[in-house]
Amino acid sequence: MKLNDEERDILAGKAGPVPQQALQHQIKVGDFFGAADFVPVTQAHIMADTESLGEAGVQWLEGLAATTEGQHRVRVPTITDPRGTDFAKADWLGQTKGMVDLERRAIAAFEKLGVAMTNTCINYQTIQPPTRNEHTAFGDTGVVIYANSVCGARSNFEGGPSALSAGLTGRTPRYGFHLPEQRRGTLRIQIDYTPTTLNGWGGLGGVIGRLAGNYWAVPVIEGIEGAPRSDQLKHFGASMASFGSIALYHLVGLTPEATKLSDVAASDLPVHRVTRADVEALQKSYHTDDTVDVVVFSAPQLSLYELGDLASLCDGRKFSVPMLAVTSPQVKPDSDRMGYTARIEAAGGSVLSGMCFYQSYAREISEARGWKRLATNSAKLVNILGGYGYRPMLASMEACVDAAVSGKLVRT
Amino acid sequence: MGPVVRGPALVANDGFSARYDLDRIKGVFSRPAHKLAGQSYVGKILVLDTAKGGVATAWMLHEMKSRGIVPLALVFNSVNPILAQGAALGDVAMLAGFDEDITSAVPDGAEVEVDPAQSLLKLI
Repeated sequence: MKLNDEERDILAGKAGPVPQQALQHQIKVGDFFGAADFVPVTQAHIMADTESLGEAGVQWLEGLAATTEGQHRVRVPTITDPRGTDFAKADWLGQTKGMVDLERRAIAAFEKLGVAMTNTCINYQTIQPPTRNEHTAFGDTGVVIYANSVCGARSNFEGGPSALSAGLTGRTPRYGFHLPEQRRGTLRIQIDYTPTTLNGWGGLGGVIGRLAGNYWAVPVIEGIEGAPRSDQLKHFGASMASFGSIALYHLVGLTPEATKLSDVAASDLPVHRVTRADVEALQKSYHTDDTVDVVVFSAPQLSLYELGDLASLCDGRKFSVPMLAVTSPQVKPDSDRMGYTARIEAAGGSVLSGMCFYQSYAREISEARGWKRLATNSAKLVNILGGYGYRPMLASMEACVDAAVSGKLVRT
Repeated sequence: MGPVVRGPALVANDGFSARYDLDRIKGVFSRPAHKLAGQSYVGKILVLDTAKGGVATAWMLHEMKSRGIVPLALVFNSVNPILAQGAALGDVAMLAGFDEDITSAVPDGAEVEVDPAQSLLKLI
């Protein structure tokens, strides 16, 4: 990679060992992908739950944080994805003292490095959405795909070590979706159905993600009716990224880079048709049982509007199985103030903050609480949890709330 | 990137995500729908199609390596940045980008050598 004077100084250790190590890591990745140089970034977002880091990852962080020589704090605003717990609910979730202690150690290390513990995967709704052409280093695939597609920002999937490195150096290797040519469409998707529910949007994203198939694919989607809301595109993108590792899509006539088809797509792209039946088939493929042990709303964290909708559905109900609604530390206080939390909890639900269900030792929670059959309206969550030993089922928010009352998920 | 390694290939035309697909305590593929479900990945050269899922693999390869419950190498038709970042942090050998479908070219169980610096995959 071509380095400027400042980058050569960082690499030589003149800014201290922490940014030096960060830049060395970034050069390894940049060289692998053939990056010509670095591009400055304005913000970074780090996925770093301790189930992923483990003891080894936390020790690695603590090693960086213990360094006092040279620059040892981030250079640009750097924030965090959900933690591995809600400390107030850790016992109820069946999490151990060891898990909670590891979380506390990771947080202490991040704070020494100057990282702001926002603990959210919906920073584009709650912290600061990026603007068009803004280069960022975002972790959490749902954040990246929303930032790239809906906001027109430029980011690759930056895993925790790379996002932290970008925060420490203020730059990232210029490859992938930082390059205009990489943002052109690679396949066209024509749909004849615009979902209305969040699980429907997630299901549609899942079908398109499977079709597109890999990180370098950019679906160009035609046929959406009306203007989708942020929460709908949140579920759509998070699911597409989860099922297909997709980081960017274009909605013709809606998203900023695709005013018209020819802005982003050559005329000879392969065309795929996606129907309502495809989306319903995906949802039905997960409906493997009629009984549920737990209902979870998470992945991505819920917005204030979603919590308001959920609170309305909870009024006058009494749950027979646990129901969890997971949101961000920014939204939770508003949910409390608006009375949404109290209305959900009056029905027997729990509102958790600062975590996300699958990033919180889901396997150990399953074993501790006996939760296997899980209903959710998140297509992303059903795609993830099979590997954790769950039998996840996808349904509407309304059907999931009904299931929390009766313990049965009605087939649709 | 990563060191030269030699070992048995574990091959499938399927995707890969450490979070979605693995029981990292037992060292096996755990997602029921994965073509390698139930099989151990420890010490194997994984020959798969592409990276799937989220960003956790960037940490998890490092974590698995610290416990010795890690694939020996990752050999994929294509990778995403997360796999490359994870291989860089965990110092796990990785190769990607071939002229043919690598999951068809390498027999399951074959002894192979991966030389990332030379971009070489040898059937022994």
